[in-house]
Amino acid sequence: MKQTFLKILAFFFVAYTSAQSIDVSGNVQDNTGFPIPGVNVLVKNTSKGAVTDFDGNFTVTNVEIGATLTFSYIGYVTKEFIVTNNSNLTIQLEEDLAQLDEVIVIGYGTQTKKEITGAVSVVSAETIEALKPTRIEQALQGQVAGVNITTQSGTPGGGATISIRGVSTNGDSRPLILVDGNVIEDLSVLNPNDIESMNILKDATAGIYGVRAANGVILIKTKTGRKESPLTVEYNAFGGFQQTTRKIPVLNATEYGLIVNEASVAAGNSAPFSDLAALGVGTDWQDQVFENAPIQSHSILMKGGGKKSTYAYSGSFLTQDGIVGGSDSNFTRFTNNINYSLDFLENFKLTSGLTLMRTNKRNLPENSNASVLFNAINMAPTFGIRDANGDYTLAEGLGAEVINPLAQIDDTFDRRKVTRLSGNAGLSYTFLDHFTAQTNIQFNYSEVSLDIFNPIASFGSGKVFNVDRSSVFEGLDYFRDYTFDAFLKYENVFNDVHKLNVLLATSVFKTTGEYTGATGFDIPGNNPINANLEQSSDIENINRATGINATFDSRLLSYFTRVQYDYKGKYLFSAVVRRDGSTKFGPENQFGYFPSGSLGWVVSDEDFLNDSNAINFLKIRASYGILGNDRIPDYRFVSLLNGEGIYFFNDQEFIGTASGGIANPEIRWEKQKTIDIGVDMRLFDNKVDITADYFKKRTEDLLVIPEVSGLLGVGGPPVVNGGEVQNEGLEFAIGYSGNFNDNFKFGVRYNITYIKNEVLSVNTNTGVLEGGSFGIGQPAPSRMEAGFPLGYFYGYQTDGVFQTQAEINSSAIGTPIPEPGDIKFVDQNGDGVIDLDDKVDIGNPIPDATMGLNITLDYKNFDFAAYAFASIGNEIVRNYQNNNVLTNSTIGSLNRWTGAGSTNLYPRVTGGTSPNNLFSDYFVEDGSFVRLQNVQLGYTFSSDALEGSKISKLRIYLTGSNLFTLTEYSGFDPTASSGDPLGGGIDQGFYPTAKQFLLGINLKF
Amino acid sequence: MSIMKNIKIRNILSLVALLAMFSCADDFINVAPNDANSEDFFNTEEDYQKALVAAYDMLQATARNYQLAEIASDNSLSGGQDALDTPGYQEIDDMIHTSVNAQLREIWTWMYTGVNRANYIMEFQDKLDFPSKTSVLAQTRFLRAYYYFQLVKFFGDVPLSIDKRIQFGDQFGIERTPKAEVYALIEQDLIFAAANLPYVQAQVGRATKGASEALLGKVYLYQNKFAESATVLESVINNGPYRLLTTAEAPLMWENDNENNAESVFEIQYSDIDGGSYDCFYCLEGNFAIGFNGVRGYVGPVFDFGFSFNIPTQEVVDAFEPGDIRLEYSILDIEQWIIDNPTATYDEDAGYEQTGYFNRKYIARLGDLNRPDAALTNPNNTRAIRYADVLLMAAEALNRGSISDARAQDYLNEVRNRAMLADVTTTGTNLTNDIYKERRVELVGEGHRFFDLVRTGRAAQEIPGFQAGKHELFPIPIQEIQLAGNTWENNPGY
Repeated sequence: MKQTFLKILAFFFVAYTSAQSIDVSGNVQDNTGFPIPGVNVLVKNTSKGAVTDFDGNFTVTNVEIGATLTFSYIGYVTKEFIVTNNSNLTIQLEEDLAQLDEVIVIGYGTQTKKEITGAVSVVSAETIEALKPTRIEQALQGQVAGVNITTQSGTPGGGATISIRGVSTNGDSRPLILVDGNVIEDLSVLNPNDIESMNILKDATAGIYGVRAANGVILIKTKTGRKESPLTVEYNAFGGFQQTTRKIPVLNATEYGLIVNEASVAAGNSAPFSDLAALGVGTDWQDQVFENAPIQSHSILMKGGGKKSTYAYSGSFLTQDGIVGGSDSNFTRFTNNINYSLDFLENFKLTSGLTLMRTNKRNLPENSNASVLFNAINMAPTFGIRDANGDYTLAEGLGAEVINPLAQIDDTFDRRKVTRLSGNAGLSYTFLDHFTAQTNIQFNYSEVSLDIFNPIASFGSGKVFNVDRSSVFEGLDYFRDYTFDAFLKYENVFNDVHKLNVLLATSVFKTTGEYTGATGFDIPGNNPINANLEQSSDIENINRATGINATFDSRLLSYFTRVQYDYKGKYLFSAVVRRDGSTKFGPENQFGYFPSGSLGWVVSDEDFLNDSNAINFLKIRASYGILGNDRIPDYRFVSLLNGEGIYFFNDQEFIGTASGGIANPEIRWEKQKTIDIGVDMRLFDNKVDITADYFKKRTEDLLVIPEVSGLLGVGGPPVVNGGEVQNEGLEFAIGYSGNFNDNFKFGVRYNITYIKNEVLSVNTNTGVLEGGSFGIGQPAPSRMEAGFPLGYFYGYQTDGVFQTQAEINSSAIGTPIPEPGDIKFVDQNGDGVIDLDDKVDIGNPIPDATMGLNITLDYKNFDFAAYAFASIGNEIVRNYQNNNVLTNSTIGSLNRWTGAGSTNLYPRVTGGTSPNNLFSDYFVEDGSFVRLQNVQLGYTFSSDALEGSKISKLRIYLTGSNLFTLTEYSGFDPTASSGDPLGGGIDQGFYPTAKQFLLGINLKF
Repeated sequence: MSIMKNIKIRNILSLVALLAMFSCADDFINVAPNDANSEDFFNTEEDYQKALVAAYDMLQATARNYQLAEIASDNSLSGGQDALDTPGYQEIDDMIHTSVNAQLREIWTWMYTGVNRANYIMEFQDKLDFPSKTSVLAQTRFLRAYYYFQLVKFFGDVPLSIDKRIQFGDQFGIERTPKAEVYALIEQDLIFAAANLPYVQAQVGRATKGASEALLGKVYLYQNKFAESATVLESVINNGPYRLLTTAEAPLMWENDNENNAESVFEIQYSDIDGGSYDCFYCLEGNFAIGFNGVRGYVGPVFDFGFSFNIPTQEVVDAFEPGDIRLEYSILDIEQWIIDNPTATYDEDAGYEQTGYFNRKYIARLGDLNRPDAALTNPNNTRAIRYADVLLMAAEALNRGSISDARAQDYLNEVRNRAMLADVTTTGTNLTNDIYKERRVELVGEGHRFFDLVRTGRAAQEIPGFQAGKHELFPIPIQEIQLAGNTWENNPGY
């Protein structure tokens, strides 16, 4: 069939060509004379052509003399050649420094860099290679203007929050992430080595993904083989160790004794320590919990391609211990990835891929007042590690919450396993010269298993963590999703100058899940080995109340069309309309229409700039669009009977039926109106490139979950469309790269982003949404309110420390009543009383500016890269200290007020009541920082040295990451945040991101 | 060539067909939820019974009400870890209520949840007929009365919804109904319940005729309707199956294996079989007040640890007459206990406002399943209406209503004799005061005292900081006023 078809095809072309045609063959080389395999050779305005083989050779048969051949290859300037009688050609391609022809995936199609009219940033495989991230987010941090990454935790495998151009919703503000078209929510499952490129769509051009594109879109493409290339094998490995970047300076035993004595006396009790000198330095609990932890990674990549097919396989293994708890917080990941493409016919093509991965993670409590680090900070230094019997010391007297962190590590058994199978397959068929029909299917299947064993444990009398009865929880959750796209493309060029692309498409997305699990009690021997349901008793199924497993099923249905037009590649236009339907909304509001459009003008193609030496390329572009967001829980438009209602008659449990979350039938799409004006420039022989953007995003009909009247009862507040948030900002990126001579290359890139975030309205009855937590039982510290940044901190403004009783008597005070040495709050409304009405904006966790700087140097066989990023103007709330008299405190307490005139900055220490622990700006610190994130030095062996071996490339390198951080912040890590729009930036003793030292090798056969 | 074209056209057609197929598929996003829609329920008798169970469920949330009311009274102090621990409790204890109080909001929300769950059944009462329908409706109306009574006691005039849930959108512009109208509904509900429920239910824990009558008697008493109160309470005394536990039995009345005993007229059922967490108090099946009332850091026999809230004052200890056997089983003197039980220890220096006394009726006992979180899963039932309470209420109604001081003395002395105290022989106002004194010590720790002082006009003289004309009612939390459309005046003085 195939041969017949080719014959017909040949006949077809023969029939159309005149007698004056020849077979053209030749060789394509780079400027050093090295052959380039995989170059596309095309007879212009036809689909006829060839691809160069491994030696750079090609043959095109029956080419009309006078026809134009185009030679294109990524990274090289496309060359055109008019066919003459000469049938044997040598074509030299110039490296394209500007890379304007670089093909960029923009969603349901590609465009060259030159043609793009949206704000799109690209992170290349080289960048990822240089950074050696264990998670993809690390490769985005500071690399791309407008993209901000906050680490939720430095624990191995720990999550990170990506926000693109600010926080535009108080709900789910994650961007849409697609890996080869497949929706991925958890990026820890990816092996960074597999990634070919990451494209970040930041403005309305993301509108092609309409729904869920409001927070931006990240398109990740994995590595594939190339046609006509032999099998290459790459082996990459690194290993090294990690350590904490910082310990919080806390009191040693003697200092602690001094402060505790003082606090106790101030509270009217006796001083517990009579001989301070005898206390010595005591135990440094942070030294006890932090350790140097190993990390290693191996990955192998095999790829190649034949005439009509490409293939690639990659496998990887990563294992990483934690700097807290070592192997008790280990993260291990295995990935296997295969992809294959085949051209059945010249116009009928298949692409496919399959990924199988597995992660194992052991968890320790973190980022809360129950975390190991919280305990390490607060545990008294006077306690030894173990008591006389060799058991871990009980943290007696330190309140109900603080326990011995080592005992805590020892008694925590919490494992999470994820197994995931992902796949994609696509067919495309080109017909009638200008049409392509394509279908893609992508799917994910994952199983998440949890094993949690809580042994009988006593950490001291009255501790909330004490367990009297051992239990084991085994959970197994299943998640499935698929995306199916079908689309029709029309591409044509009219009169050589009007280029038109039209796309007509439909897309469906379905995601389902099921939760199962049970808790069993009384584990034999209180032994983790026996911690399974089989050996436990009184098993309690999590779905017991309903009798059926909890599930979800949410779906999207979309139709969309895009028109792209350009005139001579100089005036560019693109428009998208998309209709999205979501299961999240009621029948009246299921569908939303999301239009977007963009314009571009390549000014440098105009005559007046054609000959400019300074400006090689200049493009001005603008985009506007309306994007949608439906990321709310399912079925919130209907009142369902899924609430809790259990009671007991005759001592037996009766499971009743009650309504669950409060329904709002009116909920509709959240809409984001976004405008972007940008400019791309290349200057001075393409050595300097600049991209600058101004943007303004206004999110309307914000889907919020406000407090509602208690009259409606419990079960969960409804979702309402109730607010507006605006993010306005500037992005600027500049890069320089130059080859000074053959031995010395130098590159530097810098980017900066300013964002101003403002809540424009909150249409709930109170006009305020609250979130986050501070201390125990105190009002929520974070707010969303018109006129303020989203998630700003709401508390008392301080005005020094009361020095004398006379000063207190003449000042506004509240409850608890202050004594000399206590913090003085500002009476904002001047009513003579300090109360809730005196709380004001005392900072916010959103940085004013973020920036990144990259430097690369290549000298002979050495390569060097360094990379730093910074965040300016974000505030962090210090909330990692327990207020019990006997818990330890930071060395800040040594600066305490000790009498009139001693200090106006730090309050007295007291175990009694004082207003000092109320949420005020005393706890708010500047979280600005500059971090040297990565320094790498590599050495590549010359080809001479490898002569005779099968190795074609050998590079070894040394990397240090997260080497130092310049900051005034006193906590562990200023980069850390829960990432919650409302309630982020509150530090409960964040697990700091580790410092890493790695030695690695890249081998290619 | 034409063959090729045909193939192509066929392909195009099939692709167009594929696209067309999806364009007709808007139904793809109409997915039926797993859970029943609340509008399509009540199709079987079982549906009614299940909705009724859920209406009972919110009784467990009244652990907050009884604990907070006790703290508000002169019987006990807030306690806790320090002065900032649970500010809502501390403020109420010190009579410095602010309009922001998380615990009052919980009571408001939880009681309205109960009202809504009862009204849900009432809303659909005509949808189906089935044999147990009268009983279901009678229990439902008892529960609705129970929740509304809590609301009027705490907040006075409250929005009244009858036979209809308050759903999203309804909360705006809803008015506060005068207390008297709310009381009128409560009375009707309880009269209906009393008329249609048996004294003894097949399942312990369900509302009974006796519970309905006793609650009705209490509701009348709160309105100073002494004659009606006396009548219905004497019906409980004369017709009900209740008795006081004996002097020998009484000390063990508060132990977990003595629940639903002969003295218990209505008891709120808790269990230790389900775990729970601090994230959701109203979801708990255990009695969370128990863990909070317990001795901080206690390790030893009989009792389990707690968080030292709701601390009895020296004054209430002194209110017991010498020889009163109730003191020992009502109030735990922890220092004496440690002397008697040398193996026991507790965190004596920790905790706020500690007097050395704990509410022995409602602190954690050893011996339950200790499902996590152990402090929240204590199974101790709330003895919401005891026969002793019925006797003392009857005595008060008979005396204050000038109906019969003799019968009033009888009922009072029945309670006193059980406590090994001598008969009271006073009459008139002196008898009233004796009844008041008896109520305080008999019912200490059970959350009655504050409302007794308020309804008898004695709160200002007994509770430090209590301002007459203001503190009789708690403030409606300011957020609740705003969230209901911001049209309500708060209670006087707030």
